[in-house]
Amino acid sequence: MFKLEGNKPQLIIDGKRTDGRGFDELRPIKIEANILKNANGSAYIEWGNNKILAAVYGPKEALPKHTADPTMAIIKSRYTMAPFSSLEEHGRSGPNRRATEISKVTSEVFENIIMREMFPGTEIDIFIEVLQSDGGTRAAGITVASVALAAAGIPMYDLPYAVSAGKIGDQMVLDLNKIEDNYSDADIPMAISPRNGDILLLQMDGSITKEDFSTAYSMVKKAGATISKIQKDALKAPYEKIIEKYR
Amino acid sequence: MGYIDIVKNEYIKEILHKGIRDDGRKFMQYRSIQASVGTIPNAEGSAEVDIGNTKVLAGIKIDVDTPMPDKPEEGNLIVSAELLPLASPDYDIGPPSPAAIELARVVDRGIRAANILDTQSLFIEKDKVWSVFIDIYVLNYDGNLFDASTLSAVAALLHTRQPKYEEEKVIREGTLPKLKTNGMVTSCTFGKINGNILLDPDGSEESIMDTRLTIANDENNNIKAMQKGLHGTFSIKEVESMIDTTFEKSKDLRSVLSSLEN
Repeated sequence: MFKLEGNKPQLIIDGKRTDGRGFDELRPIKIEANILKNANGSAYIEWGNNKILAAVYGPKEALPKHTADPTMAIIKSRYTMAPFSSLEEHGRSGPNRRATEISKVTSEVFENIIMREMFPGTEIDIFIEVLQSDGGTRAAGITVASVALAAAGIPMYDLPYAVSAGKIGDQMVLDLNKIEDNYSDADIPMAISPRNGDILLLQMDGSITKEDFSTAYSMVKKAGATISKIQKDALKAPYEKIIEKYR
Repeated sequence: MGYIDIVKNEYIKEILHKGIRDDGRKFMQYRSIQASVGTIPNAEGSAEVDIGNTKVLAGIKIDVDTPMPDKPEEGNLIVSAELLPLASPDYDIGPPSPAAIELARVVDRGIRAANILDTQSLFIEKDKVWSVFIDIYVLNYDGNLFDASTLSAVAALLHTRQPKYEEEKVIREGTLPKLKTNGMVTSCTFGKINGNILLDPDGSEESIMDTRLTIANDENNNIKAMQKGLHGTFSIKEVESMIDTTFEKSKDLRSVLSSLEN
């Protein structure tokens, strides 16, 4: 990743980060399930200043035909960023090389977690649209896509979540925002299966020690309790409204 | 098309002859319209518009650019539209479809013809002008993308901040003036099914309509853009009557626009 040398902003002042968070503190997260009418399942997440929509279509006939697997469903994820999503200049629409890579690793997360053998010969489409970005969009995208898949009624072994850890100077921190991401010494996005703590996605660039990695994993693991609860609450919310109505 | 769709389409056509629309609306009635601006604070301008279940998001970015060779002292306006695959099971991944290009161009024509944007005020210095990029993102499809897109694009334009250009740098944050705009433009779209003309066709009505007409007008009831679509025809009487309806209904659309606050 491109790192600016020289006039690097001070990211930690008096034990607090640029946005006032502690080292292992998440940004505020809000998730709403089933907000798009046409999709089989959908969800919207606000994670700090990130705003991301996810929609799931399928299982449906796998097209083109040669992509179909006669033994199980194939997963097609598509992560894209809106051209107006960043504070910088107007972006190019559609997926670039970065987005293509993120789409691939996202598909691989869900290939592991969806009961694919229940739907041979089909495809399940996962669309992740980043409407506003502020660092950590791939993690937020996986977290919200999990909710969209569950909302679509796709059988899964678990409800995965993702969050990134990073290193600022000598300090390991959780959930990098955009400025931290740009100037940090390492960025480690991870997706986790909460039932057993298995790592479903792991990427990293920068420079860390083995101990740093262990710290990063335990921070991500600890944050999982919070994120998983928000995911489950989002899935329950529409039904709780109905229960409330008839109580 | 599945059998259920065929049955439903026949049903929609049949009840139209009795003067009834599937969702209970009058022929010349919009679905409920909701609009909000500033949805994407990172963008210089943004607006989300819902017409019934149709959901459209417009985002605006403003960049320093080179002028068009034929207009060296004017800024640029670039409108594009994306029919995102998450918006409908019928939308595919790939380069913009003819439908997306038509949508962007019709919205572009209305905004340009109504002179909403004063392109001459976007001149910075020799060979440097501002380019205003309007990206229309269709998030959920249920018919009448033309009106929802024009409404969201204009709503976003009216609440866009103008970046500054100082010492070869673009300043996008802090206190910034509003982008200079003049007036408003809105559009009304009609569909014709078996001779019945309907305002604001929804997704199932669009799937069986023979003809479509979009009329864009400004607050002085000058017609600024028109676009007929699909294989059917309109008589001159029908078009005149739709123009009258457009003048009438555009008041409501303009009041949606003027009630928006950032």
